[in-house]
Amino acid sequence: MTTVEEKYDFSLKAKKNLLITVGIGIALTVLGIVLMSTGGHHEEAAHESGHAFSWINRLGVDIWINNIYFTGIAIVGVFFFALQYAAQAGWSAGIKRIPLAFGSWLPIAGILMLVSFFVFGHDLFHWTHHDLYDTTSHEFDSIINAKKAYFFWPLSDHPSVPVFFIARMVFFFGLWYYLFMKLRKLAFQEHFEGGTASWYSMRKLSAVFLIIFAVTSSIAAWDWVMSIDTHWFSTMFGWYVFASWWVTTLALITFITIHLKEKGLLSIVNENHLHDIGKFVFAFSVFWTYIWFSQFLLIYYANIPEETIYFVERWNNDQYGIIFFVNLFLNFILPFLLLMPRDAKRHTAILKVVTPIVIFGHWIDFYLMITPGSLKENGGYGLVEFGTMLIYGGAFFYVVFNSLSKAPLFAKNDPMLNESLHHHVQ
Amino acid sequence: MMSNTKFILGVYEDEDILLSAITNIRTAGVKIHEVYSPFPVHGIDDVLGYKRSKLSIVAFLFGVLGTSLALTMQIGMMGVDWPMIIGGKDFIPYPSFVPVIFELTVLLAAYGMCFTFFIVSDLKPWAKPRIFDLRITDDKHVMAIDLDQNKIDVAKIDKILKDNGASEVNQKTFDEA
Repeated sequence: MTTVEEKYDFSLKAKKNLLITVGIGIALTVLGIVLMSTGGHHEEAAHESGHAFSWINRLGVDIWINNIYFTGIAIVGVFFFALQYAAQAGWSAGIKRIPLAFGSWLPIAGILMLVSFFVFGHDLFHWTHHDLYDTTSHEFDSIINAKKAYFFWPLSDHPSVPVFFIARMVFFFGLWYYLFMKLRKLAFQEHFEGGTASWYSMRKLSAVFLIIFAVTSSIAAWDWVMSIDTHWFSTMFGWYVFASWWVTTLALITFITIHLKEKGLLSIVNENHLHDIGKFVFAFSVFWTYIWFSQFLLIYYANIPEETIYFVERWNNDQYGIIFFVNLFLNFILPFLLLMPRDAKRHTAILKVVTPIVIFGHWIDFYLMITPGSLKENGGYGLVEFGTMLIYGGAFFYVVFNSLSKAPLFAKNDPMLNESLHHHVQ
Repeated sequence: MMSNTKFILGVYEDEDILLSAITNIRTAGVKIHEVYSPFPVHGIDDVLGYKRSKLSIVAFLFGVLGTSLALTMQIGMMGVDWPMIIGGKDFIPYPSFVPVIFELTVLLAAYGMCFTFFIVSDLKPWAKPRIFDLRITDDKHVMAIDLDQNKIDVAKIDKILKDNGASEVNQKTFDEA
């Protein structure tokens, strides 16, 4: 085989750019907070509704959106990697190290999520308020009271600390990180030792991971996102969150692949591989829309008040109504029409435009899942949202590129490498 | 009226030899009518110089037709011809129309593409296929060269085919009405 080992060089300039991005993010966030706390209509709105609202609530919600969004990309990156082994896919041998590197964000994501739950949990989750479970209180809520074991077990008789909820969060991150590290170790072993032994172990481990991921990702979506609207539930919410994470990750893999190719790396990846990953982005944009619409149509058609409230808050609303349609436009109409022609997926020009749209579009999707339920009429979009996104984005890319630079971009002893070299799509 | 179509057939055993033979024969100025293979050969479209099929554009247009048909039909029925209130919705509730729009789009795109393919490929129940060599369904690749299209001497074509790895060279004439 004539492939040369390629390594990504995480240059000082790239590091500096990412740190500057984080810096700009911090500056914008601080500026946004200053503007918010020195008057502005948000304070007035808070007085009218009678709730104590401050910029801390909004900052907490924005941090939570980024926690969910980037955790999703990290774990679904590992999911993509595992999927290649479980499905014995050959075409992806040149690019599968990129999603694997996303997993390096997992430990940081876990710590950030746990810390922000303790700091902002009360602002985010209605169910954390103890009065809801107190039969003598006028705040008592029999519906949430019936669900308390899900959060507070084994303390459900005296709901104070959500032990079960926190235990699940720690367990999921621990399990995900453990499986990610195991896969990563085997991937390096494959690179240096060759042979098929590590490939077979990875295939077995990947199958186990996929089953664990199917269950944990769904429960994570209920816990971290759906429980914000505590009364409301949707049986396909786990799928909905997964679909959003999955298409974001696919778009990000495409974007980084093109970025690395433009740097002169990934010489074994050509337009045939881009075509396949582009088809993935196209197909799963449609899949996300399918899931989104299936959830919407049933609620719209059945017209049961406790279900429709979710869309009343998001659609029939001056604040979020526009974003509701922007979400569909960016995540369905644009990728559907722009990625449909064959050439759009084989050349980088259109992929370079569509993938950032999809990546940003799904951030908006998570914004729409989280903000209307937790901030109600006090929510908004501005400097704080954009700033926190830059902070998280800069940090995420720093960790990912750092992880990517630690090992060669593809395993030279990968049994699937030869198949990938001859990959040809009509 | 009867017309005779005469073909020279080069029989090939191996697809790699076939691919390089196609390139060489085309550069020698011989026009190839068609190549028949028992299985799909990767890259054969490129060396034969075939352009990409426009079938996908046809599928898209049929899909658009299906979308418009579904919209027109449902708006006409539910909104104009016999307006009814169902579940407290508007007379023209667009979200409820989406499943039918989706189905008709897929149906028309699929059928439109299929029938277009049948028509352009001249596939019809009463079509009489030209069978060049029975072994193209078994283990041989056959390259058919139409003599009407080539103003080159038969013996010369014969030699070019043999030089490029053909295991045998045959002739076949079809009498067509």
